[in-house]
Formats: sequence, structure tokens, C-alpha cells
Amino acid sequence: MGYLRVRDLGKAYKRYPHKWRRLAEWVGLGAHHDVNWVLRDVNFDVAPGEAVGIIGANGAGKSTLLKLLTGTIRPTTGAFETGGRVAALLELGIGFHPEFTGRQNVRMAGHILGIPSESIDSLMSEIEAFAEIGDYVDQPVRTYSSGMQVRLAFSVATAVRPDILIVDEALSVGDAYFQHKSFDRIRQFRDLGTTLLFVSHSPAAVKTLCDRAILLDHGQVLRDDSPDAALDYYNAMIAAQRADYQIRQTEAETGRTTTRSGTAEASIVDIELLCVGVPVRALHSGDSTTVRITLEVRAAVADLTAGILIRDRFGNDIFGTNTFHLGMNRTNVAAGERMIVEFVFPSFDLGAGSYSLTAALHSHEVHTASNFDWWDRAVVFQVVRKSGPLTIGVCALQVAARWCALDEETAAPRPVSGTSPPVREKLGNEN
Amino acid sequence: MLRTGLLRECWQFRGFIGASVRRDFVSRYLGTQLGWFWAVAQPLAMILIYTLVFAEIMKPALPGHESKFAYSIYLCAGILLWQLFSDLIIRSVAVFVHNAGLLKKVNLPKLALPIIVALSGLASFAVVSALFLAFLVSVGSFPWPAILAIVPVVVLVVALAMGLGVFLGTINVFYRDVEQSTSMLLQFWFWLTPIVYPGRAVPEAFATVLAWNPFWPIVSFAQTVFLDNRAPDWSSLVYPTLVAAALLLLGLVAFRRLSGEIVDEL
Repeated sequence: MGYLRVRDLGKAYKRYPHKWRRLAEWVGLGAHHDVNWVLRDVNFDVAPGEAVGIIGANGAGKSTLLKLLTGTIRPTTGAFETGGRVAALLELGIGFHPEFTGRQNVRMAGHILGIPSESIDSLMSEIEAFAEIGDYVDQPVRTYSSGMQVRLAFSVATAVRPDILIVDEALSVGDAYFQHKSFDRIRQFRDLGTTLLFVSHSPAAVKTLCDRAILLDHGQVLRDDSPDAALDYYNAMIAAQRADYQIRQTEAETGRTTTRSGTAEASIVDIELLCVGVPVRALHSGDSTTVRITLEVRAAVADLTAGILIRDRFGNDIFGTNTFHLGMNRTNVAAGERMIVEFVFPSFDLGAGSYSLTAALHSHEVHTASNFDWWDRAVVFQVVRKSGPLTIGVCALQVAARWCALDEETAAPRPVSGTSPPVREKLGNEN
Repeated sequence: MLRTGLLRECWQFRGFIGASVRRDFVSRYLGTQLGWFWAVAQPLAMILIYTLVFAEIMKPALPGHESKFAYSIYLCAGILLWQLFSDLIIRSVAVFVHNAGLLKKVNLPKLALPIIVALSGLASFAVVSALFLAFLVSVGSFPWPAILAIVPVVVLVVALAMGLGVFLGTINVFYRDVEQSTSMLLQFWFWLTPIVYPGRAVPEAFATVLAWNPFWPIVSFAQTVFLDNRAPDWSSLVYPTLVAAALLLLGLVAFRRLSGEIVDEL
């Protein structure tokens, strides 16, 4: 009871270049549509009593997935299996008729949910009590506020504990009081063994309610992990998108994509920010990170320096260095050589925020001598705070705190408390 | 799975279907003060108008029927069946589109919706028919026992209407033009059927064309039952029955092939 098994589930919508093409297809004049996949190769299992959050940006396929699982739309590929009775609360309401009273609609919804009429009658008072809409229950639903509709809908949908409860973002409409109340009921159901599938944009709700979270992106499962891990990943993803947006915005504002200047004896082909070998636009502060510059030498140069500069979103220099200072300059490079230089940061300790990366190729110490290529704001990236103590500012220095007392004889501070995480381990031998 | 599943699913939702039919019936007149009155007033008004306007003109066209109510009875017999027929078609054509909100939110057997239309259409029909029968009793021409022959005729009308309705209703999800054109085409169909005018008044040349109209034998059958108090030749219903069967099949095939895409398109 209550299990859910999803295998290779996919949903594609047909798109016709012209409406008449569909008719042509119907009468057998060949296929004329292309398919638009909104959900693809989704695989996951939910054990009975497990609570799973579905997260993802708008258009990631969350609602489509829930609609498939509730059976309102038919999958294009794959299949799923549910154990037991499924109750779903999709979008607003559950198909209430505006002209009928709350009570009549409850009865109707009960029929749709497969609750026998006799049971509905006995449940009615409880449904009314939970919805707390008072005398409105005998008024037409059209006179209800959207919050009242949700209250009533939720009360009916959860009047009988289902084996699987599927909740779309419906609850976000209700007021704080009712949200608490409905979360309590959901939690109760979960404790009694109801499997929960929960779509939400509220990280707090997912974290407190769910044992697991599935991150969807462009119709695919990107992450199936603990709520914390999936949410972190999701936040980084959003940040990356925001960064991309910012780049586009910057492009629009300045009217040019980037500032390139230089004499082109050597030129930068590509700049990438890598995290565990994967190009990223968003990373956690403290992640091990590599800046990789791919370059091409067009004419033989006697001395080649590669440099990087990180700026914050206001354009202030945050950090910069080059191969000259790191003692890694190349000399007598032949023309036509393509090479890669990497700047490796074991711990990229920037504070949360948006930054840009500028790279340059030149000779000797500074680029003013002979500047081969200067690529301003080549990459804009986002740094996301890692879980841990909150710090502000552009750098995320490793820090710990401890309380001390003044030793009266020596006038030297003497620690009286332990050192706070997270760097206690590193400082361990001091105490 | 789908073949037997369609009807079994609908049976599981009989509670929903029953409640919807009641609700559908009530909702037509909900929000009005006179409620039930409107359920009968509209057909009554139409019958009254046709009777007053055409009775004088048509009287000579119904030879052999001396009763001053002959034309009214002739007219009512036809209009009652036509109203059932056109009501079912018009509402089935729109049924999936109009219930988009429900179909998108709740997992229902979609075929339950046209079933609801058929049942609630029959309920309205029953109310108006009761009125007509009361009229027949009061003027002393209740066609007993020939009236029993009307039952299969009603079944035939429903089959014809639902076959066409489900087919057009499915297409309408993808081409909304269907809904727009249906009521217009039904008007042509109404006047191409001898309901207001007697079949004998149709010129020979037109009659051969009108013979293709499957609704003509049905109406003509009912008119004979009510006017002459006898069941006419049953063989006249063979052609409409075949058409109804073909349309039902067409409707179900279209529905089965496209039902998966219906919600996608709503």
C-alpha cells in the first residue's frame, strides 16, 4: 500500500506547424507534427510512508509529473504504478461548480474522489469543521474567496486518509493559519503511513515535511537526494540562471558583449570556471575551483604571462594574480601553439554574490608592457553560501570564535570555551 | 483493456454521473426565480407560436384529420423529438471543451461526460413529454397502446444524437469551429425535415434528396403514432438504425483514438 513506482515516464505534446496538418494526419496523409518533450525518462521509487518533495523552476515539469501521476493526462512513454487510493489536490480547487453551495460541491467532490455517499454524509460535519468557512458552506461557491475554496477543497480531499497524497502548490493560496493547519494534517497522515508527493516553491516546507527531494529541470530528474542537498543544488542553479540573465542585461546596457583589446600575438579562445571538472556558472563558496583558460599563440612570443582578475558586481577588484607572480611564465613560445593554463583554487573562499572574471595575456609583470589579449568580464558567475555560519562580504574567510578570560598573572588571554565550528578541526591542537 | 474498460470505468463513477445529471438539471434553472416554470415555458412557447402561425395555413395539408388539434399534435410530435435530438448534439459537441476545468484537475472517465449529457437531456425531454401527454389526454386523443412504439424511437434518437455528438465533440476539442457551425447546420437540418410542414408537401424532386435524411423516418414514425394512434411500418426505421449504429461506431473510434490527446489540447 502506498508505494509509487515510476519508470521511464515521459510526456510529449504534439506540435503542428499548421492546424490543418493535424487533419491531414488523421486522414492518413503521413505524420506532420514534431514533439515537444516536457517530461522525459523520469524514474523514481517512493516507499510507503515516504514524503517526497518535487522542486524545480517554472516549466521544469513538476505539474506535468503530478498530472500524469493523478491520471488526468496520459503518458507518452513509460508507466507508473501506484499502490492504494490516490488523493490529489491540483492547482486551485477540485473542479467546484460556482453556482452550487459548498455543501453540494463537497458531495460532488466526494463522488469524484470515490467516497460513497453515506460516508460523505457522515464526514460532512468534520469537513465543515476543518475548512472553518462557517455559514458559507450553504452559500454558492462563487461567493467564496480563493482562500476559502482552497480550505474546502483541502478538507474534502483529505477527509479520508489516502494511501498516496499528491499536493500541488494549492496550499500556498491559503493564509498562514490554514497553512499550518493543513501541514499538521499532512504530517499526521505521513506519520500514519500516507505516502506524500509534494510540489512546492517553499524550501522550508520541503525541508520540514519531506524525507527526500527530486529536482526537475527541463523535464528531467536532475537530482534525487536529501532535501538539503537537492535544494542547495537548486539554489545554485537558480543563481546560475540569474547570472546568465545578468550577463544578458550587461550586454544590453553596454551594447557590446565584452571588452576585448590587445595586439593578438596570443589570444584567449575560451575561459571556463570548473568545479570538480565540470564547467559551472555557480558554485559554493569554499568549493575547490579551477579557472581554465584556453589560448592560442598566433606569433612567436618571448615571454608569455596569463592573468586573471575577479571583480564584484560593482566592478571593484576583488582578487587578481598572474603566472608571472606565481613563477609559472612561459618563454619562447612558438607560433601556432594552442595551450591551456589553469589557476587552481583548493578553496574558493569568495562570499555569496555575483562576480565577473577577466583574463589577460601579456608579457612580463603587468599588461601595460605588451598586451596580447585582454578579455573583460569574460565569465559572470555566482557564488552561493555554503551551509554553515552566516558571513557577509566578498570574501568568506575561514573563521572560528571562542571566549577567553584574562589571566591575571601573565595578562594573557586564556580560552574558556571551545572553538566554534566549522574550523574547530583545523585549530584542534591549539586547545 | 480500453474496450471493456471504458464502460466499466463509467459504471464505477455512476455516483458522479447521477449527481451530475441532477446538478445539470438543477443548474439550468438555478439562479432564476421561477425555476421549473422555465423548463416547460420555452418548448411551450415555441409550440404555441408555430400552432398559431401555421395552424391556419397547414390545416388543409393534413387531410383526413378533422380534429382542430391535429396540426398541434403533428407539430409537437416532431418538435419534441427534434428538441431532444438537437439538444443532445449541441451539448455533446461542447461537452469536453466546457468541462476543461474538471478534466484537467480530476481523473474521470471522459466518456462519463456525454453520458451525463444524454441522461440530463432525457430528463428534460421527460418533463416536456409529460406536458404533451397531459395535453393529449385532455383533448381525448391519447394514442394508447400505440404510444409504446415511441420508446424504441426515443432510444434511436438518443443513439443517433450521441454517435454524432461524441464524434463532433471529440473533433471540437481540436477544431473549435465545429461548435460554431453545429447550431447553424442543425437549423438547416430542422427545416430539411418535415416537422413544421407535412412530408406530403415536399415536391418530388426534393423528396428523393430528403430521403437521405435519417431523421425523416423517425419523425414520420412518431407523427403517425400520435396522429393515427397506430404503429407504422417498422421497416422504415431500418435506415435510421443503421445510420445511428454507424455514427456510434464512428464516434467511439474517434474518441478512442484521440482521447489521450483531449486533455493535452484543452
